[in-house]
Amino acid sequence: MLRATLKSLLGRKLRLALSGLAVVLGVMFVAGSFVLTDTLSRSFENLFDTAYAHTDVVVTPHADREGPPPKPLTVQDKETVESVAGVAHAYPVAQAEGARVIGADGKVVTTVGPPRIGANWIDGQGGAEIREGRAPHADDEIMLNVAEAKLAGVKVGDQVGVLTLQPKKMFKLVGTFGYAGGLDGRGGVLEVRFTDKTAQELMLGQPGYSYFDVQAAPGTSPEAVRDAVKAKLGGAYDVKTGAEMAKAIADQFKSVLDGLNKVLLAFGGVALFVGTFLILNIFSITVAQRTKELALARALGASRKQMIWSVIVEALIVGLAGAIVGLAAGLGVGFVLANVAAGMANLTLAPIALPAGAVIAAFAVGVVITTLAALLPALRAARVAPIAALQEVATPDRPLTRLTIGGAVVTATGSALIAYGLTGGGHLWPMLGGVGLAFIGVSLLSPIIGRPVVALLGRLFSWSVPGRLGRLNSGRNPRRTAITAAALMIGIALITGASTVLHSGDTSLRGAANRQVKADLLITGEGSSNDVLPTFAADKVDKIRQIAGVASVTSSVTTGALVGKQPHGVDIVDDLPAYARQLSLTPRAGTLPQLGPNQVVVDAETADEDHVKVGDTLQVTMDKGEQVAYTVVGVHNKSDFAHGFLFGPSASAHVVAAQPYMAMVTLAPGASEKSVRDQLATLFTDDPEITVSNRAEYLDQQSGQISTLLTMVTVLLGLAIIIAVLGVIITLWLSVLERTREIGLLRAVGLGRGATMRMITVESVVITLFGTLLGLATGVGIGAAIVRSLKGDGITEFAVPWSQLSAYLVAGALVGVIAAVLPSIKAARTDVLRAISYE
Amino acid sequence: MTVTVSPPVRTESAARAADLWKVYGSGEAQVVALRGVSTEIEAGRFTAIMGPSGSGKSTLMHCLAGLDTATRGEVFIGSTKLTGLNDKGLTKLRREQVGFIFQQFNLLPTLSAKENILLPLAIAGRKPDEGWFDTVISTVGLGDRLGHRPSQLSGGQQQRVACARALVARPGVIFADEPTGNLDSRSGAEVLSFLRRSVREFGQTIVMVTHDPTAASYADRVLFLADGQIVNELTDPTPQTVLDAMQKLDPGHGPAAAAQDQDEERN
Repeated sequence: MLRATLKSLLGRKLRLALSGLAVVLGVMFVAGSFVLTDTLSRSFENLFDTAYAHTDVVVTPHADREGPPPKPLTVQDKETVESVAGVAHAYPVAQAEGARVIGADGKVVTTVGPPRIGANWIDGQGGAEIREGRAPHADDEIMLNVAEAKLAGVKVGDQVGVLTLQPKKMFKLVGTFGYAGGLDGRGGVLEVRFTDKTAQELMLGQPGYSYFDVQAAPGTSPEAVRDAVKAKLGGAYDVKTGAEMAKAIADQFKSVLDGLNKVLLAFGGVALFVGTFLILNIFSITVAQRTKELALARALGASRKQMIWSVIVEALIVGLAGAIVGLAAGLGVGFVLANVAAGMANLTLAPIALPAGAVIAAFAVGVVITTLAALLPALRAARVAPIAALQEVATPDRPLTRLTIGGAVVTATGSALIAYGLTGGGHLWPMLGGVGLAFIGVSLLSPIIGRPVVALLGRLFSWSVPGRLGRLNSGRNPRRTAITAAALMIGIALITGASTVLHSGDTSLRGAANRQVKADLLITGEGSSNDVLPTFAADKVDKIRQIAGVASVTSSVTTGALVGKQPHGVDIVDDLPAYARQLSLTPRAGTLPQLGPNQVVVDAETADEDHVKVGDTLQVTMDKGEQVAYTVVGVHNKSDFAHGFLFGPSASAHVVAAQPYMAMVTLAPGASEKSVRDQLATLFTDDPEITVSNRAEYLDQQSGQISTLLTMVTVLLGLAIIIAVLGVIITLWLSVLERTREIGLLRAVGLGRGATMRMITVESVVITLFGTLLGLATGVGIGAAIVRSLKGDGITEFAVPWSQLSAYLVAGALVGVIAAVLPSIKAARTDVLRAISYE
Repeated sequence: MTVTVSPPVRTESAARAADLWKVYGSGEAQVVALRGVSTEIEAGRFTAIMGPSGSGKSTLMHCLAGLDTATRGEVFIGSTKLTGLNDKGLTKLRREQVGFIFQQFNLLPTLSAKENILLPLAIAGRKPDEGWFDTVISTVGLGDRLGHRPSQLSGGQQQRVACARALVARPGVIFADEPTGNLDSRSGAEVLSFLRRSVREFGQTIVMVTHDPTAASYADRVLFLADGQIVNELTDPTPQTVLDAMQKLDPGHGPAAAAQDQDEERN
């Protein structure tokens, strides 16, 4: 029996290759994401190992999440550390993220991921080597690492603008530096080096140091120095060896990469789920087409068990081969992507390796999924009666009753799980399981749904004979049409769901903005960097106020603060009454006056969460570290644009960098928006990160981010769609093979090649349109459920993204046309003579 | 024994083959299926092509019908020369001048009997002639079965649908390939008398390939093939005269005949 199976396999190489392709693609995605994240993870490990290679021990102030922000290290601290036996020297480093260099083209130099660091230059510290020029001596002199100088397009001697905690300042570039081994930088990190004083002022906002780079005396181990320093300094300091530091930072990156891996695996999982449908369908069709062969084997004495095994063995071989090829392809894809990522991040890539996880996942996924998918067809093969070998007629269409009942039950269970997962607010697994079940349920229901829908869709094409024939063909095997369409449904549903949620969010935001935001112009930082929020000089707010046509202007400073024991991001508003008008804030309790030195207001939601009411006194520590008592004078309505605690202008004294990150302008009646904007543009020429936009433009920027997110989701789901389209191609191909005789007959009675191709194309388009419609409906349903559950989180309106849905529908039809290309060529090439005598 | 085919007596030809050769393969594997066949199919007559297995009778019919291309020689259907026609030309020819009846009834399972019958007209974008359609239907006796799907019809009924399908378009010539091969003798007789009636009463031209002397006896004229050549011809045959003629044929055991057996298997 095994030999017969193998022979039968080799006799159907094409079919085998196509069904294997689904496994290959899915395994490739899974293995590729393992390889990618593993390689990047090891690359970062190497990077931090080298970064701390010259550092024996690191001393930092201890930061407590529930405590006030840590104070910088002092010169006294340095002396204390250096007094410890075994310490040769402690380099005091004043370093922070957020030094943005303005390039020769006037634009801020940005990176994809790696931070932009500003620090003081210390000769001999951290393995840095001067490449050109000299170290900064004066406070208006800087050095750049070679990587940054190259990106900025500046050279030694140039005047270079740098944005820090303070607005743009000009510096003379006096030198460049790199690292041992000829490196222009480390891991794509862009570095600016100042004098001690400038670094403290611009990067820390206060005197002191962020950490000590401690060198052990010869013959003393880093661990011994660490323990000695720790003993001397006490609990207010963190002391770690360079190796521990490297590991701690690498672990942070690893957890980010783990997250990335999980996201990629989720999308790979979707692709494989779709692949399961494909394999199931291919094996079902194959078994159906081999009924005679199987029945003959039964008639010759093969047992049911042998029949099942013959199909399972076939699946095992396909799965195994698919897993091996997919693993190899995944290694290649992971390697390419790792190189791309490393190129963008300027990272030295660790040698590529095959992580055990990738191998295990590849084989588990490839073999198990293929075998599972083939199980149903295998059982069907065993049911073939020996007499079928002698009968011409294929097995009649079985009733769909059981399938439909099963589908309804599974769909209901899935929906219930989704509902449970959503109402709980954080039950991810029941929700994902529910979505999976809902997909299976809808797939089971699709044959019964398919009958009327396919008939209806087919009517669109019935005006021509090929169209009519195509329609009839797509309706003749509801199960086959349905499962092929269902595979497409999954990808489309997920994209539609995401699109619905995002569109609802966008619509809610726009609706809320139009209702609540009364300001005419918004001055905000471009959110291109995640390291620092762009700010501008506080004195510009007064200059804005003087512009003719500006009725009122408010500005906000933001900072991290400890309110009671809760860490919060808080805003300091210069003119609360005007701010309240601009954002339609109304008091729910108390008042919203111009805030005095010890007054604070808060929104209703935060007030409820933190159990704060008017009259309460709150102990607040902002980032300079002093604890100040504030009295709650007002609680305003819940707002989508003002969330959290609002302080008055005098609170700025407790903030390290008291620069506004946002200003809102209300125009005087009849004032020209254009003339005000022109003057604002002049005012902000030196702030390349600051943009002025009106409400509509501001909202469009936000929507832009949403559509970027949607594009990413669509790209990642693309693989699932490709596999589904592959399914359509294979199903059509097998159908064409199965109907060779019919096609030959049609050709014999005068159907031209073009018409034959149109017939197959219509069948294909009907299938893909059905799948797309099913996906759109399911996706909108899932989206509606999620939107409902997010009602409390600001998504108040459920909005169906009609334009996107129509685009998907058109895309669905196009996909049908594309999928039909190969099968229709195959059909058109049918040799009439052979076809009509084909058995 | 070679018989020179006499020139047409009274009618123009519906189809004509001139020095037709069909060779499969090359070199040592070469198989000659037809060796210089020249014949004319008279319009308005029922012609049967007979011959033992491997004689090339199916190949001859396929070449005449434009389903297969000859290696050498010319084929005409009506005044259209088939040799050198591209797929488009052949498709047009099939739409307008040729009808087929196959041994395996070859109906589309998705269409009803009526839709199957009207399929060639629908494909060609022609309107059926209601009167003619009714005539054909009543002739084949399918009146009450028109709405049925092929799977709901017996073999004989399916073949009558196939006959009606070929007739309804009124092609210049209908080619029937063993039309009774899959039918019991009673259904076969029905189909054959129906074919003969359509020739006698409606002037339809039919060419039928068969190996059954009884079936051949329904024809007006029988061509006998052996070894890829026309070796004999009978007009107004009876089962007995056909049988006698067949017995006179020596199937031969030469290499050519053996090779033609392979050819026959291919078809």
